[in-house]
Amino acid sequence: MDEEEIVSAPREARSPGQLVALVEALIFVASEPVTTKVLADVLEEERESIEAAIEQLQSDYLSRDSGLQVREIAGGWQLATRTDFHEEVRSFLKTRPSAKLSLASLETLAVIAYKQPVTVPEILEIRGVQSASAIKTLLDKRLIVAKGRKETVGRPMQYGTSKDFLIQFGLNDLSELPSIEDFEDLVQ
Amino acid sequence: MNEQPEQFTFDFRESTAQIVGGASEDLKIKIGDFAGPLDLLLFLIRQEQANIFDIPIARITEKYLEYIRLMKRLDISIAADFLVMAATLIEIKSKMLLPRDPFAGEEEEIEDPRQELVDRLLEYEKFKTAAGMLYERSTVEQAIFTRGPIESDDNNAEIDASVFDLLTVFQKIVARHVDEIKLEIEREEISLADMMRTLKKRIFEFGEVSMLKFFEEMHSKREIVTAFTAVLEIVRTESVKLLQATTFGDVILKKI
Repeated sequence: MDEEEIVSAPREARSPGQLVALVEALIFVASEPVTTKVLADVLEEERESIEAAIEQLQSDYLSRDSGLQVREIAGGWQLATRTDFHEEVRSFLKTRPSAKLSLASLETLAVIAYKQPVTVPEILEIRGVQSASAIKTLLDKRLIVAKGRKETVGRPMQYGTSKDFLIQFGLNDLSELPSIEDFEDLVQ
Repeated sequence: MNEQPEQFTFDFRESTAQIVGGASEDLKIKIGDFAGPLDLLLFLIRQEQANIFDIPIARITEKYLEYIRLMKRLDISIAADFLVMAATLIEIKSKMLLPRDPFAGEEEEIEDPRQELVDRLLEYEKFKTAAGMLYERSTVEQAIFTRGPIESDDNNAEIDASVFDLLTVFQKIVARHVDEIKLEIEREEISLADMMRTLKKRIFEFGEVSMLKFFEEMHSKREIVTAFTAVLEIVRTESVKLLQATTFGDVILKKI
Protein backbone atom coordinates (compact mmCIF):
# COMPACT_ATOMS: atom_id res chain seq x y z
CA MET A 1 0.00 0.00 0.00
CA ASP A 2 2.95 2.30 -0.21
CA GLU A 3 1.70 3.60 -3.54
CA GLU A 4 -0.78 5.60 -1.62
CA GLU A 5 2.02 7.35 0.19
CA ILE A 6 3.93 8.07 -2.97
CA VAL A 7 1.02 9.36 -4.94
CA SER A 8 -0.98 11.33 -2.47
CA ALA A 9 1.52 12.22 0.22
CA PRO A 10 0.56 15.71 1.36
CA ARG A 11 3.35 18.06 0.52
CA GLU A 12 4.46 20.90 2.65
CA ALA A 13 3.27 24.31 1.65
CA ARG A 14 5.91 26.26 -0.26
CA SER A 15 6.86 29.82 0.33
CA PRO A 16 6.58 32.14 -2.69
CA GLY A 17 10.36 32.31 -2.81
CA GLN A 18 10.66 28.54 -2.95
CA LEU A 19 8.17 28.37 -5.75
CA VAL A 20 10.11 30.95 -7.76
CA ALA A 21 13.27 28.90 -7.27
CA LEU A 22 11.50 25.68 -8.25
CA VAL A 23 10.03 27.22 -11.38
CA GLU A 24 13.49 28.49 -12.29
CA ALA A 25 14.95 25.01 -11.83
CA LEU A 26 12.32 23.38 -14.02
CA ILE A 27 12.58 25.95 -16.79
CA PHE A 28 16.33 25.50 -16.68
CA VAL A 29 16.30 21.73 -17.16
CA ALA A 30 13.54 21.69 -19.75
CA SER A 31 14.91 20.97 -23.21
CA GLU A 32 12.19 22.99 -24.87
CA PRO A 33 9.83 25.79 -23.83
CA VAL A 34 7.74 24.59 -20.90
CA THR A 35 4.16 25.75 -20.51
CA THR A 36 2.56 27.27 -17.45
CA LYS A 37 0.14 24.36 -17.36
CA VAL A 38 2.89 21.75 -17.22
CA LEU A 39 4.60 23.67 -14.43
CA ALA A 40 1.32 23.94 -12.53
CA ASP A 41 0.63 20.23 -12.92
CA VAL A 42 4.08 19.07 -11.93
CA LEU A 43 4.32 21.36 -8.94
CA GLU A 44 0.66 20.90 -8.01
CA GLU A 45 0.15 24.60 -7.82
CA GLU A 46 -2.49 26.93 -9.14
CA ARG A 47 -1.86 28.50 -12.53
CA GLU A 48 -1.93 31.92 -10.95
CA SER A 49 0.83 31.07 -8.48
CA ILE A 50 3.00 29.81 -11.32
CA GLU A 51 2.35 32.95 -13.34
CA ALA A 52 3.24 35.12 -10.37
CA ALA A 53 6.40 33.10 -9.80
CA ILE A 54 7.48 33.51 -13.42
CA GLU A 55 6.84 37.21 -13.28
CA GLN A 56 8.93 37.43 -10.12
CA LEU A 57 11.67 35.40 -11.76
CA GLN A 58 11.70 37.67 -14.79
CA SER A 59 12.00 40.79 -12.72
CA ASP A 60 14.72 39.16 -10.59
CA TYR A 61 16.78 38.53 -13.71
CA LEU A 62 16.18 42.03 -14.97
CA SER A 63 16.94 43.79 -11.73
CA ARG A 64 20.28 42.11 -11.22
CA ASP A 65 21.28 42.65 -14.83
CA SER A 66 21.62 38.95 -15.42
CA GLY A 67 23.18 37.38 -18.49
CA LEU A 68 20.04 35.31 -18.77
CA GLN A 69 16.44 36.10 -19.49
CA VAL A 70 13.19 34.21 -19.04
CA ARG A 71 11.30 34.53 -22.28
CA GLU A 72 7.89 33.43 -23.44
CA ILE A 73 8.12 31.55 -26.69
CA ALA A 74 5.93 29.11 -28.60
CA GLY A 75 3.43 29.19 -25.76
CA GLY A 76 6.01 28.21 -23.13
CA TRP A 77 8.83 29.56 -21.01
CA GLN A 78 12.49 29.34 -21.79
CA LEU A 79 15.71 30.41 -20.17
CA ALA A 80 18.04 32.03 -22.70
CA THR A 81 21.04 34.29 -22.94
CA ARG A 82 20.72 37.99 -23.52
CA THR A 83 20.98 39.18 -27.12
CA ASP A 84 23.81 41.62 -26.45
CA PHE A 85 26.13 38.80 -25.40
CA HIS A 86 25.77 36.97 -28.69
CA GLU A 87 29.32 37.54 -29.90
CA GLU A 88 30.95 36.21 -26.76
CA VAL A 89 28.54 33.31 -26.45
CA ARG A 90 29.05 32.38 -30.06
CA SER A 91 32.81 32.47 -29.86
CA PHE A 92 32.65 30.36 -26.71
CA LEU A 93 30.38 27.82 -28.39
CA LYS A 94 32.51 28.06 -31.55
CA THR A 95 29.39 28.19 -33.65
CA ARG A 96 28.47 30.32 -36.58
CA PRO A 97 25.04 31.62 -37.38
CA SER A 98 23.20 28.84 -39.14
CA ALA A 99 22.60 29.05 -42.85
CA LYS A 100 20.12 31.66 -43.88
CA LEU A 101 17.01 30.82 -45.77
CA SER A 102 16.98 31.88 -49.40
CA LEU A 103 14.83 34.76 -50.54
CA ALA A 104 12.44 32.33 -52.20
CA SER A 105 12.14 30.22 -49.04
CA LEU A 106 11.55 33.28 -46.87
CA GLU A 107 8.84 34.55 -49.18
CA THR A 108 7.16 31.16 -49.29
CA LEU A 109 7.36 30.98 -45.51
CA ALA A 110 5.81 34.44 -45.21
CA VAL A 111 2.91 33.43 -47.45
CA ILE A 112 2.36 30.23 -45.46
CA ALA A 113 2.61 32.03 -42.12
CA TYR A 114 -0.02 34.58 -43.07
CA LYS A 115 -2.33 32.50 -45.22
CA GLN A 116 -2.30 29.16 -43.46
CA PRO A 117 -3.62 26.66 -44.12
CA VAL A 118 -2.58 27.30 -47.68
CA THR A 119 -2.09 25.11 -50.75
CA VAL A 120 0.72 25.11 -53.29
CA PRO A 121 -1.44 26.68 -56.07
CA GLU A 122 -2.45 29.46 -53.67
CA ILE A 123 1.21 30.17 -52.90
CA LEU A 124 1.96 30.22 -56.62
CA GLU A 125 -0.86 32.71 -57.11
CA ILE A 126 0.73 35.17 -54.68
CA ARG A 127 4.37 34.65 -55.48
CA GLY A 128 3.96 34.24 -59.23
CA VAL A 129 6.53 31.48 -59.23
CA GLN A 130 6.69 27.78 -58.47
CA SER A 131 7.60 27.17 -54.85
CA ALA A 132 8.17 23.42 -54.81
CA SER A 133 11.83 23.49 -53.79
CA ALA A 134 11.22 26.21 -51.21
CA ILE A 135 8.44 24.12 -49.70
CA LYS A 136 10.73 21.12 -49.56
CA THR A 137 13.42 23.16 -47.80
CA LEU A 138 10.90 24.46 -45.29
CA LEU A 139 9.56 20.97 -44.65
CA ASP A 140 13.10 19.65 -44.19
CA LYS A 141 13.82 22.39 -41.70
CA ARG A 142 10.55 21.57 -39.98
CA LEU A 143 9.38 25.15 -40.22
CA ILE A 144 6.17 24.09 -41.89
CA VAL A 145 3.97 21.03 -41.62
CA ALA A 146 1.30 19.47 -43.80
CA LYS A 147 -2.15 20.34 -42.51
CA GLY A 148 -4.40 17.92 -44.34
CA ARG A 149 -5.94 18.23 -47.76
CA LYS A 150 -8.24 20.90 -49.08
CA GLU A 151 -11.60 19.60 -50.23
CA THR A 152 -11.38 21.04 -53.69
CA VAL A 153 -10.45 19.81 -57.14
CA GLY A 154 -7.33 17.68 -56.87
CA ARG A 155 -7.47 17.76 -53.07
CA PRO A 156 -4.19 19.69 -52.77
CA MET A 157 -2.15 19.41 -49.59
CA GLN A 158 -2.39 22.38 -47.26
CA TYR A 159 0.54 23.73 -45.29
CA GLY A 160 0.89 25.65 -42.06
CA THR A 161 3.73 26.75 -39.80
CA SER A 162 5.09 24.53 -37.03
CA LYS A 163 6.10 25.03 -33.42
CA ASP A 164 9.71 25.16 -34.59
CA PHE A 165 8.74 28.14 -36.70
CA LEU A 166 7.57 29.98 -33.59
CA ILE A 167 10.77 29.09 -31.76
CA GLN A 168 13.13 30.02 -34.59
CA PHE A 169 11.42 33.32 -35.20
CA GLY A 170 11.02 34.22 -31.55
CA LEU A 171 7.25 34.20 -31.49
CA ASN A 172 4.98 33.23 -28.66
CA ASP A 173 2.11 32.50 -31.01
CA LEU A 174 1.00 33.43 -34.51
CA SER A 175 -0.95 36.46 -33.31
CA GLU A 176 2.39 38.07 -32.52
CA LEU A 177 3.14 38.40 -36.20
CA PRO A 178 2.52 41.96 -37.34
CA SER A 179 -0.66 42.17 -39.40
CA ILE A 180 -0.06 41.69 -43.12
CA GLU A 181 -2.06 44.82 -43.78
CA ASP A 182 0.55 46.79 -41.86
CA PHE A 183 2.99 46.10 -44.64
CA GLU A 184 0.74 47.89 -47.04
CA ASP A 185 1.86 51.25 -45.69
CA LEU A 186 5.38 50.45 -46.76
CA VAL A 187 4.29 49.90 -50.32
CA GLN A 188 4.78 53.07 -52.23
CA MET B 1 13.47 42.83 -23.48
CA ASN B 2 15.79 45.12 -25.24
CA GLU B 3 15.88 43.46 -28.59
CA GLN B 4 17.43 44.35 -31.87
CA PRO B 5 20.51 46.39 -31.16
CA GLU B 6 22.25 48.13 -34.05
CA GLN B 7 24.51 45.33 -35.18
CA PHE B 8 21.62 43.12 -36.23
CA THR B 9 19.90 45.43 -38.60
CA PHE B 10 20.06 44.20 -42.10
CA ASP B 11 19.29 45.71 -45.43
CA PHE B 12 17.05 43.18 -47.00
CA ARG B 13 17.14 44.86 -50.40
CA GLU B 14 20.85 44.42 -50.62
CA SER B 15 20.56 40.71 -51.14
CA THR B 16 18.48 41.15 -54.27
CA ALA B 17 19.99 41.52 -57.68
CA GLN B 18 21.01 44.72 -59.32
CA ILE B 19 21.39 45.70 -62.88
CA VAL B 20 24.24 48.10 -63.03
CA GLY B 21 23.68 50.56 -65.84
CA GLY B 22 25.86 50.89 -68.89
CA ALA B 23 25.38 51.07 -72.60
CA SER B 24 22.08 49.45 -73.39
CA GLU B 25 23.81 47.02 -75.75
CA ASP B 26 25.90 45.44 -73.10
CA LEU B 27 24.27 45.76 -69.78
CA LYS B 28 26.50 44.95 -66.93
CA ILE B 29 24.55 43.12 -64.38
CA LYS B 30 25.06 41.86 -60.96
CA ILE B 31 22.99 38.77 -60.90
CA GLY B 32 21.48 37.94 -57.62
CA ASP B 33 18.44 35.98 -57.76
CA PHE B 34 15.09 37.46 -58.08
CA ALA B 35 12.65 35.47 -56.09
CA GLY B 36 10.31 35.42 -59.06
CA PRO B 37 8.90 37.42 -61.96
CA LEU B 38 6.93 39.71 -59.65
CA ASP B 39 10.11 40.44 -57.73
CA LEU B 40 11.93 41.31 -60.96
CA LEU B 41 9.04 43.46 -62.09
CA LEU B 42 8.96 45.40 -58.83
CA PHE B 43 12.68 45.93 -59.12
CA LEU B 44 12.37 47.27 -62.67
CA ILE B 45 9.51 49.58 -61.74
CA ARG B 46 11.55 50.97 -58.88
CA GLN B 47 14.62 51.30 -61.03
CA GLU B 48 12.65 53.22 -63.63
CA GLN B 49 11.25 55.29 -60.80
CA ALA B 50 7.81 54.60 -62.12
CA ASN B 51 4.61 54.79 -60.14
CA ILE B 52 3.21 51.38 -59.43
CA PHE B 53 -0.33 52.71 -60.03
CA ASP B 54 0.64 54.01 -63.45
CA ILE B 55 3.16 51.59 -64.84
CA PRO B 56 4.74 52.70 -68.14
CA ILE B 57 3.98 49.29 -69.53
CA ALA B 58 5.89 49.61 -72.81
CA ARG B 59 9.10 50.67 -71.11
CA ILE B 60 8.84 48.10 -68.34
CA THR B 61 8.02 45.30 -70.78
CA GLU B 62 11.08 46.21 -72.79
CA LYS B 63 13.31 46.17 -69.72
CA TYR B 64 11.80 42.93 -68.59
CA LEU B 65 12.43 41.22 -71.93
CA GLU B 66 15.94 42.63 -71.94
CA TYR B 67 16.60 40.99 -68.62
CA ILE B 68 15.20 37.68 -69.83
CA ARG B 69 17.35 37.80 -72.95
CA LEU B 70 20.33 38.55 -70.80
CA MET B 71 19.63 35.57 -68.62
CA LYS B 72 19.44 33.45 -71.73
CA ARG B 73 22.74 34.81 -73.02
CA LEU B 74 24.37 34.11 -69.68
CA ASP B 75 22.96 30.64 -69.96
CA ILE B 76 20.92 30.96 -66.86
CA SER B 77 17.99 28.67 -67.11
CA ILE B 78 14.86 30.72 -67.08
CA ALA B 79 12.01 29.49 -65.02
CA ALA B 80 8.81 29.10 -67.00
CA ASP B 81 7.13 31.52 -64.63
CA PHE B 82 9.35 34.34 -65.92
CA LEU B 83 8.18 33.60 -69.45
CA VAL B 84 4.55 33.53 -68.37
CA MET B 85 5.02 37.02 -66.96
CA ALA B 86 6.68 38.17 -70.19
CA ALA B 87 3.61 36.97 -72.09
CA THR B 88 1.32 38.73 -69.64
CA LEU B 89 3.23 41.98 -70.07
CA ILE B 90 3.07 41.78 -73.84
CA GLU B 91 -0.63 41.05 -73.67
CA ILE B 92 -1.24 44.10 -71.48
CA LYS B 93 0.91 46.23 -73.73
CA SER B 94 -1.05 45.23 -76.83
CA LYS B 95 -4.37 45.77 -75.09
CA MET B 96 -3.29 49.26 -74.23
CA LEU B 97 -2.42 49.97 -77.84
CA LEU B 98 -5.90 49.09 -78.99
CA PRO B 99 -8.15 52.10 -79.51
CA ARG B 100 -11.06 52.40 -77.13
CA ASP B 101 -14.31 51.01 -78.30
CA PRO B 102 -15.99 54.03 -79.97
CA PHE B 103 -19.45 52.62 -79.19
CA ALA B 104 -18.77 52.25 -75.51
CA GLY B 105 -20.59 54.84 -73.47
CA GLU B 106 -18.62 57.74 -72.05
CA GLU B 107 -19.65 56.94 -68.50
CA GLU B 108 -18.78 53.28 -68.78
CA GLU B 109 -15.81 52.56 -66.66
CA ILE B 110 -13.30 50.66 -68.70
CA GLU B 111 -11.00 48.60 -66.62
CA ASP B 112 -7.37 49.41 -67.06
CA PRO B 113 -5.65 46.32 -68.53
CA ARG B 114 -2.93 46.88 -65.95
CA GLN B 115 -5.28 46.58 -62.98
CA GLU B 116 -4.91 42.87 -62.34
CA LEU B 117 -1.14 43.05 -62.54
CA VAL B 118 -1.03 46.01 -60.15
CA ASP B 119 -3.19 44.13 -57.66
CA ARG B 120 -0.88 41.16 -57.82
CA LEU B 121 2.19 43.34 -57.44
CA LEU B 122 0.77 45.08 -54.40
CA GLU B 123 -0.27 41.80 -52.82
CA TYR B 124 3.12 40.29 -53.58
CA GLU B 125 5.00 43.25 -52.19
CA LYS B 126 3.28 42.84 -48.83
CA PHE B 127 4.57 39.31 -48.56
CA LYS B 128 8.00 40.31 -49.74
CA THR B 129 8.12 42.84 -46.92
CA ALA B 130 6.82 40.20 -44.53
CA ALA B 131 9.67 37.93 -45.68
CA GLY B 132 12.10 40.72 -44.79
CA MET B 133 10.51 40.97 -41.37
CA LEU B 134 10.93 37.22 -40.87
CA TYR B 135 14.54 37.51 -41.91
CA GLU B 136 15.22 40.17 -39.32
CA ARG B 137 13.42 38.21 -36.65
CA SER B 138 15.48 35.09 -37.32
CA THR B 139 18.67 37.16 -37.24
CA VAL B 140 17.77 38.57 -33.83
CA GLU B 141 16.77 35.10 -32.72
CA GLN B 142 20.17 33.74 -33.69
CA ALA B 143 21.72 36.06 -31.13
CA ILE B 144 19.85 34.27 -28.37
CA PHE B 145 21.10 30.99 -27.01
CA THR B 146 19.51 28.45 -24.76
CA ARG B 147 21.48 26.03 -22.67
CA GLY B 148 23.26 23.22 -24.45
CA PRO B 149 21.59 19.84 -24.46
CA ILE B 150 22.21 17.79 -21.35
CA GLU B 151 22.42 14.05 -21.10
CA SER B 152 18.87 13.54 -19.99
CA ASP B 153 17.49 15.28 -23.08
CA ASP B 154 18.34 12.40 -25.37
CA ASN B 155 17.67 9.77 -22.80
CA ASN B 156 14.43 11.35 -21.82
CA ALA B 157 12.81 10.00 -18.71
CA GLU B 158 9.44 9.70 -20.34
CA ILE B 159 9.94 7.16 -23.03
CA ASP B 160 7.11 5.03 -24.19
CA ALA B 161 7.42 1.49 -23.02
CA SER B 162 7.32 -1.10 -25.76
CA VAL B 163 5.87 -4.59 -25.65
CA PHE B 164 9.38 -5.88 -25.03
CA ASP B 165 9.79 -3.67 -21.99
CA LEU B 166 6.55 -5.07 -20.67
CA LEU B 167 7.69 -8.61 -21.29
CA THR B 168 11.02 -7.97 -19.56
CA VAL B 169 9.27 -6.70 -16.46
CA PHE B 170 6.95 -9.64 -16.64
CA GLN B 171 9.77 -12.14 -16.89
CA LYS B 172 11.55 -10.56 -13.97
CA ILE B 173 8.53 -11.03 -11.78
CA VAL B 174 7.96 -14.58 -12.90
CA ALA B 175 11.58 -15.43 -12.23
CA ARG B 176 11.36 -13.98 -8.76
CA HIS B 177 8.29 -15.98 -7.99
CA VAL B 178 9.92 -19.24 -9.02
CA ASP B 179 12.58 -18.65 -6.39
CA GLU B 180 10.43 -17.65 -3.53
CA ILE B 181 7.39 -19.85 -3.50
CA LYS B 182 7.44 -21.60 -0.16
CA LEU B 183 4.00 -22.72 0.57
CA GLU B 184 1.17 -23.50 -1.75
CA ILE B 185 -2.15 -22.42 -0.43
CA GLU B 186 -5.31 -23.17 -2.30
CA ARG B 187 -6.82 -19.92 -3.40
CA GLU B 188 -9.68 -18.90 -5.48
CA GLU B 189 -8.41 -17.90 -8.91
CA ILE B 190 -9.20 -14.38 -9.93
CA SER B 191 -10.80 -13.87 -13.34
CA LEU B 192 -9.51 -11.48 -15.98
CA ALA B 193 -12.58 -9.28 -15.59
CA ASP B 194 -12.00 -9.00 -11.84
CA MET B 195 -8.36 -8.32 -12.33
CA MET B 196 -9.12 -5.55 -14.80
CA ARG B 197 -11.64 -4.05 -12.44
CA THR B 198 -9.14 -4.02 -9.59
CA LEU B 199 -6.40 -2.50 -11.71
CA LYS B 200 -8.70 0.08 -13.29
CA LYS B 201 -9.98 1.14 -9.90
CA ARG B 202 -6.44 1.54 -8.64
CA ILE B 203 -5.29 3.55 -11.67
CA PHE B 204 -8.19 5.94 -11.56
CA GLU B 205 -7.91 6.33 -7.82
CA PHE B 206 -4.19 7.06 -7.66
CA GLY B 207 -3.55 8.41 -11.14
CA GLU B 208 -0.71 5.95 -11.67
CA VAL B 209 0.23 2.44 -10.67
CA SER B 210 3.61 0.77 -10.70
CA MET B 211 3.43 -2.37 -12.78
CA LEU B 212 6.18 -4.05 -10.75
CA LYS B 213 4.36 -3.46 -7.50
CA PHE B 214 1.06 -4.56 -8.90
CA PHE B 215 2.55 -7.81 -10.12
CA GLU B 216 4.27 -8.41 -6.84
CA GLU B 217 0.93 -8.55 -5.12
CA MET B 218 0.06 -11.59 -7.16
CA HIS B 219 0.26 -14.96 -5.52
CA SER B 220 0.72 -17.37 -8.34
CA LYS B 221 2.09 -17.53 -11.82
CA ARG B 222 -1.40 -17.81 -13.09
CA GLU B 223 -2.45 -14.65 -11.35
CA ILE B 224 0.54 -12.84 -12.77
CA VAL B 225 -0.42 -13.96 -16.23
CA THR B 226 -3.94 -12.72 -15.62
CA ALA B 227 -2.58 -9.43 -14.29
CA PHE B 228 -0.35 -9.05 -17.34
CA THR B 229 -3.28 -9.68 -19.68
CA ALA B 230 -5.30 -7.16 -17.67
CA VAL B 231 -2.57 -4.55 -18.17
CA LEU B 232 -2.58 -5.13 -21.93
CA GLU B 233 -6.37 -4.97 -22.06
CA ILE B 234 -6.54 -1.78 -20.04
CA VAL B 235 -3.92 -0.02 -22.09
CA ARG B 236 -5.81 -1.03 -25.20
CA THR B 237 -9.28 -0.07 -24.03
CA GLU B 238 -8.90 2.67 -21.44
CA SER B 239 -7.23 6.07 -21.54
CA VAL B 240 -4.17 4.79 -19.77
CA LYS B 241 -0.60 5.11 -20.99
CA LEU B 242 2.55 3.26 -20.12
CA LEU B 243 5.66 5.09 -19.05
CA GLN B 244 9.08 3.84 -18.28
CA ALA B 245 11.57 6.01 -16.46
CA THR B 246 14.71 4.04 -17.21
CA THR B 247 15.50 1.36 -19.71
CA PHE B 248 14.61 -2.04 -18.25
CA GLY B 249 13.16 -0.23 -15.25
CA ASP B 250 9.70 -0.28 -13.81
CA VAL B 251 6.74 0.46 -16.05
CA ILE B 252 4.13 2.88 -14.76
CA LEU B 253 0.49 2.78 -15.79
CA LYS B 254 -0.68 6.36 -15.90
CA LYS B 255 -4.11 7.83 -16.33
CA ILE B 256 -4.23 10.18 -19.32
